[in-house]
Amino acid sequence: MPDLRDLYQEVILEHSKAPRNFHTLDQANQKAEGFNPLCGDHFTVYVTVHGDAIQDIGFQGSGCAISKASASMMTQVVKGKSKAEAKKLFDTFHKLVTTGEANGDGSDLGKLAVFSGVSEFPVRVKCATLAWHTLQAALEGKQEKVSTE
Amino acid sequence: MTTAAKLPSTESSARAFQVGFDVEKIRRDFPILARDVRGKKLVYLDNAATSQKPRVVIDAITRYYEQENANIHRGVHFLSELATSEHDRARQAVRGLINAADVKELIFVRGTTEAINLVAQTYGRAHVGSGDEVLITAMEHHSNIVPWQILCEEKDAKLRVAPINDAGELLLDEFAKLLTSRTKIVALAHVSNALGTVNPLAQIVELAHRKNIPVLVDGAQAVPHMKVDVQALDCDFYTLSSHKMFGPMGIGILYGKAKLLESMPPYQGGGDMISSVTFEKTTYNKLPFKFEAGTPDVAGAIGLGAAIKYLNGIGIDKIEKYEHQLLAYAIEKLSAISGIRLIGTAKERAGVVSFVIEGVHPHDVGTILDQEGIAIRTGHHCAQPIMDRFGIPATARASFAFYNTKEEVDALANGVLKVQEVFA
Repeated sequence: MPDLRDLYQEVILEHSKAPRNFHTLDQANQKAEGFNPLCGDHFTVYVTVHGDAIQDIGFQGSGCAISKASASMMTQVVKGKSKAEAKKLFDTFHKLVTTGEANGDGSDLGKLAVFSGVSEFPVRVKCATLAWHTLQAALEGKQEKVSTE
Repeated sequence: MTTAAKLPSTESSARAFQVGFDVEKIRRDFPILARDVRGKKLVYLDNAATSQKPRVVIDAITRYYEQENANIHRGVHFLSELATSEHDRARQAVRGLINAADVKELIFVRGTTEAINLVAQTYGRAHVGSGDEVLITAMEHHSNIVPWQILCEEKDAKLRVAPINDAGELLLDEFAKLLTSRTKIVALAHVSNALGTVNPLAQIVELAHRKNIPVLVDGAQAVPHMKVDVQALDCDFYTLSSHKMFGPMGIGILYGKAKLLESMPPYQGGGDMISSVTFEKTTYNKLPFKFEAGTPDVAGAIGLGAAIKYLNGIGIDKIEKYEHQLLAYAIEKLSAISGIRLIGTAKERAGVVSFVIEGVHPHDVGTILDQEGIAIRTGHHCAQPIMDRFGIPATARASFAFYNTKEEVDALANGVLKVQEVFA
């Protein structure tokens, strides 16, 4: 049986209560909106991209602890990374939250590993990945709102 | 994170409920209530989403497919006659339950959603024109919003929304002001699925009828919880969903006054809804068959009939009285917990308690309660405009049926304390 502590790890709870980079970015040159119609989670992700590098990132919106903590930690991890690196991180993260295992290809998830417990709660995978999908949309310059449905 | 704090004791904790039936015996009628969920005893508090089914309903469906299955209204053979008469008996059972004047006023549909779409697409398309208005309320389920939006868009008509107060009660004065010569139909819930508010239908119907405006009542959340008499209410349309009243999914009823139904064009074309067909002209069947194209869900109807028989055996009045105590107890228990805010505090209410916990998103509440075996609904309850009205993204909602117990309400309250511990 899955344990709640696997899902609601201290780091996750802490980020959900005090999310990092939780603000709009005045200089952002890319942004996207993400929405989970099932539970009403709703975030906007702002990025300042220079060349291929994510120079700065912020997010705004509301959602459950998992979605908010995931967004918060994502912004910390991808800041300074290239678009390709961010995409690779998302792929690894997605594998982690769906299977509980990270890729064996050396991608370093670092503290994002605390989200491995999400894999035991399949209905919460969308919460954990909402901000990531939204970031991808922002980086790809997609105009339409991202929906998890 | 393992033990829940003690609940504050409340006045009624010690008070015994007045129950007109044996709840433990009732619980044994519902096979699913005996199962475990996540290693815990199932506490099913999501009855507004769908109710559980008693053995008699499950058996009736099985018996139909094992012993009685045939298509109805065609064929002279034994089984076809048997299936037809069983299907008719189910319609009679619905007539008795909501006191319709005649069985021809009861159309089998897939559920409340289809019932409302039927009225919007037939009565609505025939009577609502450019510049006209359809009046609903701010507490409607999406199923009583979207069909009217589609109609209004097609007809260049306007959807008007009567406002509610902070308790979640309809503002009758505002509602009355919105009834104008342009209003062609009023559609509203008997009981709000997200707030539990019971609307004052007698007054609403009277106000609308003074201006000759017909009223459609969405009864999905009312029928299993209270006595409904469509003739006494004098509403023009009333809808219900079998699966919310202990019957199977996929079937429901549209009640309509015969005079209205007769004047309406058909909804879908096909077999059974015709009396004669040539390539030049089709004559439609009489009521209720005019609105029932194609082979119906006979097993579903029979299951619904069995559910009604079961409900009548217990007594709707007794059910209403017991559930009222359960709800009052739940409100008292939850209100006593600090950091909880109830959404919807109408004086007249039934079945539902919606709440938010300070600092915790309802989705997280749902996950943590689920680990305790407690099933509640979290989200916007297909009523996003209500969430906007209260300035919240979602709520947690516990909804009751007569098989729920005081102990289950205690389990819910303890579960809430556990949520607060996790997020402390």
